[in-house]
Amino acid sequence: MIRILTTTVALTAAPFAAFADGHSGDVEVLHWWTSGGEAAALNVLKEDLEGQGIGWTDMPVAGGGGEQAMTVLRARVTAGNAPTAVQALGFDILDWADQGALADLNAVAAEQGWDDVVPEALKAFAKSDGQWVSAPVNVHSTNWVWANTAVLEENGIEIPTTWEEFTAAVETLKAAGITPIAHGGQAWQDATVFDAVAMSTGGPEFYEAAFIDLDPEVLGSDTMREAFDRMAFIRENVDDNFSGRDWNLATAMVINGEAGFQMMGDWAKGEFVNAGLTAGEDFACFRFPGTQDQVTFNADQFMMFDQDGEVSPEQAALAMAILSPEFQSAFNVVKGSAPARTDVSDEAFDACGKKAMADLAAANESGNLFGSMAHGHAAPAAVKNAMFDVITAHFNGEFDSETAVEEMVTAVEIAQ
Amino acid sequence: MAAASSDTAIRTGRVARAGIYLFLLLFALFYLLPLFVMGANSLKPLGEITGGNMMALPSDWTIAPWLSAWSTAQIGVEPTGLRPYFWNSIKMVVPAVAIATVLGALNGYVLTKWSFRGDKVFYGLMLFSCFIPFQMVLIPMARVLGLAGIAGTTSGLVLVHVVYGIGFATLYFRNYYAAFPTELVRAAQIDGAGFFQIFWRIMLPSSGPIVVVCVIWLFTNIWNDFLFGASFADADSQPMTVALNNLVQSSTGVKEYNVHFAGAILAALPTLLVYVVAGRYFVRGLMAGSVKG
Amino acid sequence: MSLANAEVRPVVTPKRAADMRTRLQGWIPKLVLSPSVALIFVFVYGFIAFTLYLSFTDSRILPSYDWVGLENYSKLFRLSHWTIAVTNLAVFAGLYIAICTAIGLALAIFLDQKIRGEGLLRPIYLYPMALSFIVTGTAWKWILDPGIGIENTMQLWGWESFAFDWIKNRDFAIYTVVLAAVWQSSGFTMAMFLAGLRGIDNEILKAAQMDGASNWQLYRRIIIPQLRPAFLSAFVILSHLAIKSYDLVVALTGGGPGRATELPATFMYSYTFSRNQMGIGAASAVIMLLTIAAIMVPYLYAELRERR
Repeated sequence: MIRILTTTVALTAAPFAAFADGHSGDVEVLHWWTSGGEAAALNVLKEDLEGQGIGWTDMPVAGGGGEQAMTVLRARVTAGNAPTAVQALGFDILDWADQGALADLNAVAAEQGWDDVVPEALKAFAKSDGQWVSAPVNVHSTNWVWANTAVLEENGIEIPTTWEEFTAAVETLKAAGITPIAHGGQAWQDATVFDAVAMSTGGPEFYEAAFIDLDPEVLGSDTMREAFDRMAFIRENVDDNFSGRDWNLATAMVINGEAGFQMMGDWAKGEFVNAGLTAGEDFACFRFPGTQDQVTFNADQFMMFDQDGEVSPEQAALAMAILSPEFQSAFNVVKGSAPARTDVSDEAFDACGKKAMADLAAANESGNLFGSMAHGHAAPAAVKNAMFDVITAHFNGEFDSETAVEEMVTAVEIAQ
Repeated sequence: MAAASSDTAIRTGRVARAGIYLFLLLFALFYLLPLFVMGANSLKPLGEITGGNMMALPSDWTIAPWLSAWSTAQIGVEPTGLRPYFWNSIKMVVPAVAIATVLGALNGYVLTKWSFRGDKVFYGLMLFSCFIPFQMVLIPMARVLGLAGIAGTTSGLVLVHVVYGIGFATLYFRNYYAAFPTELVRAAQIDGAGFFQIFWRIMLPSSGPIVVVCVIWLFTNIWNDFLFGASFADADSQPMTVALNNLVQSSTGVKEYNVHFAGAILAALPTLLVYVVAGRYFVRGLMAGSVKG
Repeated sequence: MSLANAEVRPVVTPKRAADMRTRLQGWIPKLVLSPSVALIFVFVYGFIAFTLYLSFTDSRILPSYDWVGLENYSKLFRLSHWTIAVTNLAVFAGLYIAICTAIGLALAIFLDQKIRGEGLLRPIYLYPMALSFIVTGTAWKWILDPGIGIENTMQLWGWESFAFDWIKNRDFAIYTVVLAAVWQSSGFTMAMFLAGLRGIDNEILKAAQMDGASNWQLYRRIIIPQLRPAFLSAFVILSHLAIKSYDLVVALTGGGPGRATELPATFMYSYTFSRNQMGIGAASAVIMLLTIAAIMVPYLYAELRERR
């Protein structure tokens, strides 16, 4: 018995070396883009590679915004069977880089001049210790508000640009018997709204100090309480039935004219387009009031797993294909996001896409581009989820704003 | 077992019988409700679902979602539908169920008819193994499969399912064989029959019902497993549930609920079929042994 | 049962050759058992030992081997989540086992009354067990959703005051999880009881009826006591399903509203895999296993002792 136990522990204690086992000439890609539009978009990449004689072994695992795929990745790496390329977000990339599992893409990056065209804030996640470890695919911005133009016009509402105008618009809609805010009560959706509200309440310095530097004083500040108070206002103006709703059903409420606004990332656009509406005409997209100059983002990337200490030609080809302007444009037009490099033509994009690209470039220039807390681009997973706990508990009435601020400080402390 | 008959000697009055039928029918409705929701919505166009009453019958009937789920829905980058994954699941489920059942039968036979010191402890340890939370074994299992060189293969998945199926298989067979007359075994032994001969000639021929129970249980659990299938399969061995999950769980894409429901029913067809066809034997098998424990 | 459990001793014969064979025969059963035993020891008990070890380390994204003593346990018990998850499990498991048993028994007794269409009803009661919760969860979520499900339908049918919004209510959401779980496994419990009922000797019942016993008395005094093994099997299977409930919560409520329906299984998965705090996840797994052992060991002890 003892021997079996010690053997098992010893086996599992062996170093977790990661060797990709793709057949030579093939790439195996672990990702969670399985819905029609995004998968079709990824198919562009596949065909590009096949044109170069590189096979694509598809390994899709959906669920929980990539959480399921990350679980699978851990099993695969532990088994010594890591995929060649893996879709990943924010801090997950840095964590894997810290484990020494990722390949060095510097040669490709230098050849292609990535450093000049990829926004700084994005490089913080694509590079670890000055070394490129992953290829960014897109930049989603998360501080969008979506509205049905017809509903706004009927009620004489101009697009709000300040919190005060926003509250006024909400009151108008409520008086007209329309649900002012369409929302799905899931922790990440609550947090997505909180991201925008906090940015609008305290401005970029506050956002950075609270969510990126995790300064306990700022986390416990009066500004934070003000942000929670504003969340309470939003809570009062969603329908009774919000909890547990999928985000796309909330989007459907806006599409059907039952609700005024939805705060959601740019992937919501796909639902409007799919329902036959046109950006800028039938529906409006604008930055959350008070965050016109800022962009909070999350970016999908493909990290490349180390293969015997070097980058395989297939990985290099894949990385190059991902960051090529043609793919960036083709993919992001479909996905609703903005390209991960700032020099791509916006010709193929619709009104919201053009605005997204212009905002992103401007925010990058002025230092107003920040990683989204709600989407794991501001603080590591443990801290992010600890914040989710507090935000969602407050949104569901478990804490008042005072308690929420205190809980925020302790929760972040325990998680660090 | 001789006295067992297919119904009871209890007599009931007419009013009581009406009440009983009402009760049974109400519960049948309760059990059928989710199937109705899934079935009805799988036959509607998407617009009718997001725009209207989800509990209503379709006003515009369509089978397009079914066709899409089976052969054209986007699972990964390619629009293959669930079809190719069906075979992967079969290749994994059939050997796993067969091996676990055989091992369970042999274990049950040894534990009841060839008792030895400490057999109860072994049985207890095996039974307790049914309770291990699967999320817990993911990482160490991955390591072992990697070392054994079967990570990402169907054989690896079969091994995993056999390991976690043995416990229940042994439980069922042990309780069934406990009620099997030991004199028969002893008589055969005196006639010179060996261990395997007795198992083959005497035990197996009367094991039909419990084999059905065990197969149904294992088949359902292994077919529906998602966690192991997702973690230990490669692109070419992913089972049906992983494909179904990919179909259903897109995070930032358009959700086609009608296709999801059609896919769910398609993915469940083999298990449903097993329940309907073998359900009769299931009760008979449980009756004949497993609950006598 | 005494005969059935008598042990078979290899029969002793005078001849030497036969003696050899007998000795070999004596080894075969153990050889046959050994692969299963080896598998269980490595893949179950070895892994439990490994998890126990991890719970004392600072493992985060992958296992690490830096010893931190009881820190993970002290963190675990400071987390209000864990308390919520454990309380929820107590409520959930208690109600789920009790209701499944009650419904299962009632259905089995009624179905045992020479019912027409039994062959049709039985698979209807049983089929939920065959479906995976990945998608039935969505169906249930819709049914329970006041805006689109039962409440809405009843109101459309003219019952304006009908309200059923438990899934949206922090204090009641856990009961909707119970409801869906009961839907899934009460039919299976019914099958176990039905099998038990069919195994009861009708002669005893007829004799008691002659003595003027009412149906109620028959069930209370004779039939239900005879179902004891079925009750025990049902308890083991239901408690195992209750403790492993994971898909159900994820599909139905995602642990919400807020954190109102978090269970230990979802907690463990979330800390081990989503939050990269593998040490705390391992600690919660160990506590879960200890709880299971606390319930199962007395049962196994009673069960196995009785057979001696």
